Amino acid sequence: MNFDDTPQEAAFRETARKWIEANAPKELHAELSKSSLGRIRLANHDIVDVGRAWQKKKFEGNWACLHWPREYGGRGATPIEKVIWQQEEGVYGKLTQPFQIGEGMCGPTVMAFGSEDAKRRYLPKLASGEEIWCQLFSEPSAGSDVAGLRTRAEKKGDNWIVNGQKIWTSGAHYSDYGLLIARTDPNVPKHKGLTMFFLDMKSPGVEVRPIKQANGMQEFNEVYFTDVVIPDSQRLGAVGEGWNVSLTTLMNERMSIGARLATGVPEMFEFCSNLMLEDGLAIDDPAVRSKLATWAAKSNGLKYTSYRTISALSKGERPGPENSIGKLVSGMMLQDIATYAMDLQGAAGVLTGNDEETVQGQFQQMLLSAPSMRIAGGTDEILRNIIAERVLGLPGDIRVDKDVPYNKIPTKGR
Amino acid sequence: MNFDFSDDQKQLRDQARKFLTEKCSSKAVRVVLDGKAPYDKELWKGLAEMGFLGVAIPEEFGGAGAGHLELCVIAEEMGRANAPVPFSSTVYLAAEALLIAGSDAQKKKWLPAIASGEAIGTLALFEGKGNPSPKNVKLTAANGVLNGVKRPVADGAVADFAVVAARTASSGRDNDISLFLIDLKAGGVEVKSLTNLDPTRGQAEMTFKDCKAEPLGAVGEGWSILTQVLDRAAVLCAFEQVGGADRALEMGRDYALDRIAFGRQIGSFQAVKHMLADMYVSATLARSNSYYGAWALSTNAAELPEAAAAARISATQAFQHCAKNNIQVHGGMGFTWEFDCHMYYRRANAMALGLGSLSYWEDQLIDRMRKKNAA
Repeated sequence: MNFDDTPQEAAFRETARKWIEANAPKELHAELSKSSLGRIRLANHDIVDVGRAWQKKKFEGNWACLHWPREYGGRGATPIEKVIWQQEEGVYGKLTQPFQIGEGMCGPTVMAFGSEDAKRRYLPKLASGEEIWCQLFSEPSAGSDVAGLRTRAEKKGDNWIVNGQKIWTSGAHYSDYGLLIARTDPNVPKHKGLTMFFLDMKSPGVEVRPIKQANGMQEFNEVYFTDVVIPDSQRLGAVGEGWNVSLTTLMNERMSIGARLATGVPEMFEFCSNLMLEDGLAIDDPAVRSKLATWAAKSNGLKYTSYRTISALSKGERPGPENSIGKLVSGMMLQDIATYAMDLQGAAGVLTGNDEETVQGQFQQMLLSAPSMRIAGGTDEILRNIIAERVLGLPGDIRVDKDVPYNKIPTKGR
Repeated sequence: MNFDFSDDQKQLRDQARKFLTEKCSSKAVRVVLDGKAPYDKELWKGLAEMGFLGVAIPEEFGGAGAGHLELCVIAEEMGRANAPVPFSSTVYLAAEALLIAGSDAQKKKWLPAIASGEAIGTLALFEGKGNPSPKNVKLTAANGVLNGVKRPVADGAVADFAVVAARTASSGRDNDISLFLIDLKAGGVEVKSLTNLDPTRGQAEMTFKDCKAEPLGAVGEGWSILTQVLDRAAVLCAFEQVGGADRALEMGRDYALDRIAFGRQIGSFQAVKHMLADMYVSATLARSNSYYGAWALSTNAAELPEAAAAARISATQAFQHCAKNNIQVHGGMGFTWEFDCHMYYRRANAMALGLGSLSYWEDQLIDRMRKKNAA
């Protein structure tokens, strides 16, 4: 056991570090460092603009999407090299937020199922940040049960005509292309009648409407499709194979171990170290210590779990299933921590002002945002199902709609 | 980064698992559980022959001289098998105390005897209710003799020697405490067995009456040595707890696959699946924290105090969680003496207290994190 790089890894790290030192937008370092809990606050810049500039620079230096093959804009790097790059990129990695869905999900799907022409046309521009991609899977009636989606694509000559609605689409308002799964045959069971496409988000009939979220912010969108035309050449995989194609996309999402998930523990530790209660500092209170210690141990556990995954990658092995626990643990912990931090503030905990008394309102914001961590990218319940079925080998749910033609399944709900 | 055990260490784990599957079946554990033997003497002998008792003891003192990572993988298997032997008292506590503070003569006398299975050792620290603290040590050492009572002492009734924490001054500081080495066969100690939560690991009361004692380490250094011993034992116990947690999770999983109710495997109900998934999460966090502890232990890293506390907390919680929910998955059958679930439930809850309870280690973790943050 050791935490040392192999000689090749050390050399790679040195090259990456030097390049970042020479090229990173240092003027943003302080602000990016302060942006915690996944929320990026830049006073004078738009994240998409500065993100694009950094992405372009990386692309030109051969550091964008570095685990992709060279001919599609990548560097042909190994998984462990990608991890090393992310470690070295550090806070500047926060600038890649607008491109993560493209790099992590849309790009790999195009790579696996697109024509050679499509790959050469779209992937390098995705890698350079010139074109941003979004993912159009979830629908109002198809979230966890995404295979129950309703958006229709009907064949007309060499084109498909799309009608329907998607929801929870991050970045749709600034995206150039979208990866879309739609129903092409409602007469067969739900998993069998789906097909994957990609489309130009500026196509006539595409309407993006921002969603005002429960926390008051607007990060997601609804996307409406009215007679949108998609050429058959933009189909990914065979007609009716959309579900299997989507599994590739989702597997890539789960394999990505890049961004460390926020747990709220460092913020909470600092808060308790400074907060005066009636009998002294919060961190000297036995009840506070007990909770804080349990959270710290969990947060450390997540960190060292990711180290185990990185070790497997370093040895060229496939990582084990242990990495699947990250979001499940951190989402719940974030919510618990926020609730408890406010409890410690007493009646003043209700205030959300951006001042010193409320510690910039960070725990109040955390509380209001936490529910989405437990839902987006697989709800806690879906993640538990995945662990139970794929890791522990327990039987799948009994599905009453499994062999029923889609158009005979009862529907209701949002 | 190589945050994993080596192929040789994994091979040793497989070897230990195979050995324990054969020699430490549930039937063998039950002989001790039912009070028919104080510990499994055959198994103890076998562990010595396999070289497991002295795996981390240097060759010059009769051990295999392998190291603490090797001891960690064996500890995991001991926990998995619920082994009814005084392994943790002898190997994690007594041997570690000797390795840290023993004189050459003390090491020569006891370490080879530990490795060969001839000597069982223990640590006599507690005196009734309370967690490890210099304040709680009342037993006195004066003029070369000890007077006082220790309870509970793990494996005290079968031990040949004990490391005893005693008060040598009353200034209110940590250096009031010193350690002593007692040959329990030499007289002066009255040992009485106590009933306890986990009969597969005995507990005893030791009464010292003008008992002759030799110092272990310098006088006044006792608390500092003990702190190191407890940290090292915390990591090793964490591996036992991880092994136990994994086994309890597997038992629950296997039962959920096997048991049919309402016309289907109960493992197909989400209420059961989610319970098992949460057990997996706890066990995984504990394993990762324990790996970090193993690294810190094996390299004597400055991070050991914090790593040990986090591993201890995580592994204690995971073993308790998995053992408790394993019974729940089993339903009524899990509450019978016949099923093995209660053996892990007993062991999990007994182990949670042995080196100081959860709240003690939570305190330790926070203190150590603050110290690091302040540095």
